[in-house]
Amino acid sequence: MSAVATVSGAASSVPSLWTLGAEQLQAPKIEYAQLSPTLIVLGAAVVGIVLEAFLPRKFRYGAQLILAALGLASAFAAVLGLAISGHATTKAAIAGMGAIAVDGPTLFLQGTILLVGLVSVFVFAERRLEPRSHKSGAHVDSWAAQPASVPGGEGEREATKAGWTTTEVYPLLLFAVGGMLIFPAANDLLTLFIALEVFSLPLYLLCALARRRRLLSQEAAVKYFLLGAFSSAFLLFGAALLYGYAGTVDYSGIARVIGNADRTTSAVLAETTGNDALLLIGGALVVMGLLFKVGAVPFHMWTPDVYQGAPTPVTGFMAAATKVAAFGALLRLLYVVLPGLRWDWRPVMWGVAILTMLAGAVVAITQTDIKRLLAYSSIAHAGFLLAGVIATSRDGVSSVLFYLGAYSFVTLGAFAVVTLVRDAGGEATHLSKWAGLGRRSPLLAGVFAVFLLAFAGIPLTSGFSGKFAVFKAAAEGGAGALVVVGVIASAIAAFFYIRVIVLMFLSEPKADGPTVAVPSVWTTSAITAGVLVTIVLGVAPQYFLDLASQAGVFVR
Amino acid sequence: MSVANAGFPLLTVTAALPAAGAIATAALPAAKRGAAKWVALVVSVATLVLSLVVLARFDPGGPRYQLTESHAWIADFGVRYELGVDGIGAVLIALTALLLPFIIAAAWHDADELEPARPNRRWRPTQGFFALMLATEAMVIISFAATDVFLFYVFFEAMLIPMYFLIGGFGDRAHAAGEEEAAKQRSYAAVKFLLYNLVGGLIMLAAVIGLFVVTSDQLGEGTFSLQKITEARADGGFQLDTNIERLLFLGFFFAFAVKAPLWPLHTWLPNAMGESTAPVAVLITAVVDKVGTFAMLRFCLGLFPEASKWATPVVLVLALVSILYGALLAVGQRDIKRLIAYASISHFGFIILGVFAMTSQGQSGATLYMVFHGVSTAALMLVAGFLISRRGSRLIADYGGVQKVAPVLAGTFLVGGLATLSLPGLAPFISEFLVLVGTFSRYPVAGIVATAGIVLAALYVLLMYQRTMTGPVTRPEVRAMPDLRVREMAVAVPLVALLVFLGVFPKPLTDIVNPAVEHTMSDVQKKDPEPDHQVAETGWFDYKPAEHAGGDHK
Repeated sequence: MSAVATVSGAASSVPSLWTLGAEQLQAPKIEYAQLSPTLIVLGAAVVGIVLEAFLPRKFRYGAQLILAALGLASAFAAVLGLAISGHATTKAAIAGMGAIAVDGPTLFLQGTILLVGLVSVFVFAERRLEPRSHKSGAHVDSWAAQPASVPGGEGEREATKAGWTTTEVYPLLLFAVGGMLIFPAANDLLTLFIALEVFSLPLYLLCALARRRRLLSQEAAVKYFLLGAFSSAFLLFGAALLYGYAGTVDYSGIARVIGNADRTTSAVLAETTGNDALLLIGGALVVMGLLFKVGAVPFHMWTPDVYQGAPTPVTGFMAAATKVAAFGALLRLLYVVLPGLRWDWRPVMWGVAILTMLAGAVVAITQTDIKRLLAYSSIAHAGFLLAGVIATSRDGVSSVLFYLGAYSFVTLGAFAVVTLVRDAGGEATHLSKWAGLGRRSPLLAGVFAVFLLAFAGIPLTSGFSGKFAVFKAAAEGGAGALVVVGVIASAIAAFFYIRVIVLMFLSEPKADGPTVAVPSVWTTSAITAGVLVTIVLGVAPQYFLDLASQAGVFVR
Repeated sequence: MSVANAGFPLLTVTAALPAAGAIATAALPAAKRGAAKWVALVVSVATLVLSLVVLARFDPGGPRYQLTESHAWIADFGVRYELGVDGIGAVLIALTALLLPFIIAAAWHDADELEPARPNRRWRPTQGFFALMLATEAMVIISFAATDVFLFYVFFEAMLIPMYFLIGGFGDRAHAAGEEEAAKQRSYAAVKFLLYNLVGGLIMLAAVIGLFVVTSDQLGEGTFSLQKITEARADGGFQLDTNIERLLFLGFFFAFAVKAPLWPLHTWLPNAMGESTAPVAVLITAVVDKVGTFAMLRFCLGLFPEASKWATPVVLVLALVSILYGALLAVGQRDIKRLIAYASISHFGFIILGVFAMTSQGQSGATLYMVFHGVSTAALMLVAGFLISRRGSRLIADYGGVQKVAPVLAGTFLVGGLATLSLPGLAPFISEFLVLVGTFSRYPVAGIVATAGIVLAALYVLLMYQRTMTGPVTRPEVRAMPDLRVREMAVAVPLVALLVFLGVFPKPLTDIVNPAVEHTMSDVQKKDPEPDHQVAETGWFDYKPAEHAGGDHK
């Protein structure tokens, strides 16, 4: 308090740290319009917290649902507005004092993430699958009655009887989406790290919130958290080393130092920067952090356990949106920060891509749980995406963008279908229970078959268009061998997708097989969206390819 | 030229009709299963009419590709929706459309047995069965008409899905080890079919991408248009590096060799044909597999002529192995349907031999062989299906003396069998003869070895006939066997009549096919070898190609 008094009293006569700061410190210039999608989503999340605190329990579900849907939809409208007014192409610029890049890839990925988030909200909101609570007769959803209570304990019993549910999931989802919106847009390493934490922490929580099989769910959350914390640490350490190399955390600043355009970014640090060991190790650590989020081999270990344990709506959201955000960040890092290091990282990424494709496809063959199977399949798909990343061309960027859009909706739809196949213990995820599903409910099995065929990359589905785009970009970028490996991995992967189709359509149904719950309009619309996107992107992808190729340029 | 530029998208409509029929059939409610059959039959007959219009409007003396359509599809991938038929494509579209009504009529009751005792309004196997057949027909027609490599690839791959469900979902309830084992075998056969073809297709995908990269390197923009590539090669703007051309050729050829099927990639066919119902088996071997051999002619030879010449010796040897191996294994089969499957492998060997002999007789013969093999196998297999459905067994040993109780059945079976062994006077003789002549004139040894296949064909067909149809009637099941019913007659008799008619008067077909073969020959820049001894100009059968109007390079 005394320091403040001195400064205000002595005016500018004595130069102190405080007055010096006041002269040099300018208020940050924030381009609110360009940042509006993120701001809307995070704002809605904050409002959601307030609602959660003050609304009576019975109104929360409806209010949160409307808020989340409106928030995501208006953020999407903001993205559209920005894209239409040219911020994706001609007016692409760095905003937020160099922290955020608003350009084609950013807007494309933000749009995709917002749509994925919106569809996920629909799946989150499903309340027709679980039986009603005994006492109050309230509809409940797939979220824990009271997450804080011990699984199997008295508190849980009480909460379940009362028909409580966790409506915090909607603000958590919004926070995660908010972080994901920043992640691919981050233009310096610190923003990247903060975005990573902002979307990861809500995801760890969401993973733990399953109503059924809570121990499994909590175990998944702990695993995800521990491994995720490691990867965050790697990323942060890498960022520190890169700062040590370049004297800045700004993407284009680092790129200029790498490219020898600037010897150094700061005269004070001139003697200490420019150490290539710091650059190589730092770059590798940051990429490792991102590869973890992508689920690439050898950083994939968390994927199957987390996918299996997490509540299925969260799995769908996580599998789709995290991948979009993380690949966006990876692309920007490799294309904006490290293009000068291309000859160093390309061989490594080659190896990672090959390992990821083959390991994902091969290990998936032995899986007996549908969620684990989809987890390994998502690893294989990360490998296909990496093939496009390696192309290091504009086509590479746009093919990856397109693939992400196509893949995320197939994934969402597939996991939404998984939530519907149930028996007395909740979701029947063991594959043996899916036998003969096609006989019992041909429509649902048919829809799931469409998703599986899209995963397998059969023509006329979005999976094929995406795969073709990625492999084409890779082949043009001189990675023909990678395409051949990709094709072999696709063939292996096709085997286990087809195995599920065989199981559904060609096996006799079991007497104690699962029932297919009739969902409400929420899940139905989510699945319908998945099917529509899958088929439209398969049959007439040109418009979306154009969109992706227009969005294929990073602002530096 | 007026034919080529007609505004009406005839080829699209020909393919779209069965596709629309498939949707209509599938949409019918469970109770209307009879209506589903009739819708399917009417649609397939209407498609046949359209395909005949295609044949009629095709001008053999006109430009190479006719009835062309071209629309932008996926510009980013350089893909256009380009259709057009040459004589080979037109004839094969007609074959497809011709066989489908017979297949549907023969399969009239096949799916009914799967109807649940307790009606479940969602499970509608009959509707599904016929819808899948029509969907397959639509995809096969597009494949025959596509002149864009990518468009072809899309449907080449996509047709696996309906075929997979047809093989895996519907059986003939005649497995020796009971229905449970049959379901297992069926599902195994379907998966084997799908995996073999999918792996082939994916390897082709790598080659398709390679083709795009090469064309975008050399032509400025990637293209899959067959016409554009051929033209660019003619004026020297497009030259493939030898090694790249060979790799791309191998990628394409592998997929087609699996589909055709060529030894040693054939092993899925006996399973698929053995376990599926007889009409579906006909659909596999007479319709879908033809896409493989057709694609060898159109894409392997058309896109990669130098590599095709380079690979010819190996392909010829594989074809010869197919001919002999298929025939030998057919002799040893105890199961009627598997026997016909191995016979088909042998015949596909002949077709591939004719394609790669690189003579006009060989390739005309191969094209005619595709058509005639389709008709003769349909006749043989469908009648075999009628036979199997009467006795509930596929084993040859379970029959004997059928011709005494069911003479019409035995008679049509015999004609189908004789056509399969290429008896002179029946259609397949002409094509087989042409293939052998065409092969002999360039590769005498191969021609001689292939002739052994004919001898073996006589052996397996006549042995099968003798064991099933002749001799005393010893089994009560056979004694009670009814002869062909009206529906079955309606299937068998026209096919038999067609075999005889085309055997005596094949000229309408050869007139259409020969100019197209000349174009293919000019793709690979091969001329027929000069005969050692000039023969008289007028023979009973004229396979000299008519002068075509040109339009492509020489």
